[in-house]
Amino acid sequence: MKKRRFILLALSLIIVIMTVGCGEKKETINVYNWGDYIDKSVLKDFEEEYGIKVNYSMYETNEDLYIKLKQGGSSYDVIFPSDYMIERMIREDLLVKLNKDNIPNIKNIDEKFFNLDFDKDNDYSVPYMWGTVGIIYNKTKVDDVVDSWNILWNEKYKDEIIMLNSQRDTLAVALKKLNYSMNTRNIKELEEAKEQLLIQKPLVYAYLGDEVKGAMVSGEAAFAVVWSGDAVAMIRDNPDLEYAIPKEGTNLWFDSMVIPKSAKNKEGAEKFINFMARPDIAARNTDYIGYSTPIPEAVEMLPEDIRNSKVAYPADEEIENTEIFHDPSDIITEYDRIWTEITSQD
Amino acid sequence: MKMKKVAYPYILWMAIFIVIPLFLILYFAFTTGDSQNFATFQFSLDNFKRFFTPTYLKVLGRSVNLAFISTIICLILGYPLAYIISKAEPRKRNMMVLMLVIPMWMNFLLRTYAWLTLLGRNGFINFVITKIGFKPLELIYNDKAVLLGMVYNFLPFMVLPIYTVLIKIEKSLIEAAEDLGANKIEVFSKVVLPLSMPGIITGITMVFIPAVSTFVISALLGGNKYNLIGNLVEQQFRWTGDWHFGSSMSIILMIFILITMALTSKFDKEKEGGGGGLW
Repeated sequence: MKKRRFILLALSLIIVIMTVGCGEKKETINVYNWGDYIDKSVLKDFEEEYGIKVNYSMYETNEDLYIKLKQGGSSYDVIFPSDYMIERMIREDLLVKLNKDNIPNIKNIDEKFFNLDFDKDNDYSVPYMWGTVGIIYNKTKVDDVVDSWNILWNEKYKDEIIMLNSQRDTLAVALKKLNYSMNTRNIKELEEAKEQLLIQKPLVYAYLGDEVKGAMVSGEAAFAVVWSGDAVAMIRDNPDLEYAIPKEGTNLWFDSMVIPKSAKNKEGAEKFINFMARPDIAARNTDYIGYSTPIPEAVEMLPEDIRNSKVAYPADEEIENTEIFHDPSDIITEYDRIWTEITSQD
Repeated sequence: MKMKKVAYPYILWMAIFIVIPLFLILYFAFTTGDSQNFATFQFSLDNFKRFFTPTYLKVLGRSVNLAFISTIICLILGYPLAYIISKAEPRKRNMMVLMLVIPMWMNFLLRTYAWLTLLGRNGFINFVITKIGFKPLELIYNDKAVLLGMVYNFLPFMVLPIYTVLIKIEKSLIEAAEDLGANKIEVFSKVVLPLSMPGIITGITMVFIPAVSTFVISALLGGNKYNLIGNLVEQQFRWTGDWHFGSSMSIILMIFILITMALTSKFDKEKEGGGGGLW
């Protein structure tokens, strides 16, 4: 009998503590970002300045993020999808419109990164980072001029070429080589791109994801297709590496901050986005992750070598014929078929 | 009666975590539609039709082939090892088993990742080879590297069940065979080997199943150049978002594994099981 009374007492105590705890609960926001894509000390500063606690978690791909969001059950207040995924999320009504009065720092963002196709008028998104896709190469192994995707088809460099293990990025390279749009919906053009990749396959050392960084830094291969932000980090670790944007044009991409429909604390989320768009904060993040910020004032605050880096901040004419990727949902089965045929080829 | 009550939580556990997910996979496999929206699902056999085309069958063939070869290698390496361990004196024996198991205390992914730094073009092995004065070898991003990864990761699963069966064999049986005039080879082939069959069967299943469905090893050590069936399933779930096709591939793989298990357990039944048999 005594025992039971004790348990009852303990239980009621727990309940009391829990309810009291709830009453005093601090305001929180749930932030869901790419892995290793923020200077974490920034989060502390935000918590101190606004008194809002940040629950921070990370994802690996846009597709992972999409499924998490679509399945429900989770509530994130700020997420960082890429351009084509934002397009899809807007179409499927998964995002809320931003109240720009709450985000005055949006004025800091470079005009050329506004009004992009995936989100006209930036009703939903504030750009966080941007960049290009290009070729990183090892100067000690390459004596040709690297200015075209064609070099990745040069037999001289057999087993020296690393491609991305990503259907859309690798197909985009082949399409650009053929001077087609990477957003083509023309099956004939896609088939031609497939043929190109099949021709290229015997020359390819491997199709890699993040492992490409280690491989290029240790000098295992001469070429790799990479994102500009990763290129900055790789060049920092191995000065023999250089980055080139091919003349046929390439992919221009953005990771932007948006608020999902399921967000519980929209105001807190807007405060967070505003904070992230403040030049000094953006500069700290940029310095830490090495990608390119869309905020000119933040660029000014960066160390000289990054600020003047042609990799991170290419001249306007260099990115003139770039394309932003569009949501491939309508053609994804074709992509999938083509990619499977490439990877199952002996 | 008491046993039954104890079993309820386990039955519940199995229902929630094994039976229901299996039915979900079956349901997905036989339908098409938007994977994220149950309302759009429609019965269809298209997923299976799509699988039975040369592209996918080739990948299945390659997976089965690689898994088969790695199982054979594991058996050839593992049986003598298990035999040697079982013949050692108890203290040494425990030490050897421990040595075999210690690498498994570390995460599977990390162990496979470690091979990258060993096998890479500028990795440790090539460093030694070039120091001695030979030309560097192409050790990584080919089928051999994938096979190595499989054998390395799954060898303990072959050794342990065989070893467990071997140490349980009654010494008196071997003595009896020797008394009746059998030489060493005959003792092994007529007594030890047949008695260790259940362990071999378990070992084969425990190596073959993870090997045929792996996608991490072929991605990390094969450089994604020649995909296995596991990679294609992963592709459907993580990139393409066609859970229906991914599920039907999983079902086909499961059926394939079931058939191999049925074949191997037929062997087992003839020898009346027991010992280290798992199934």
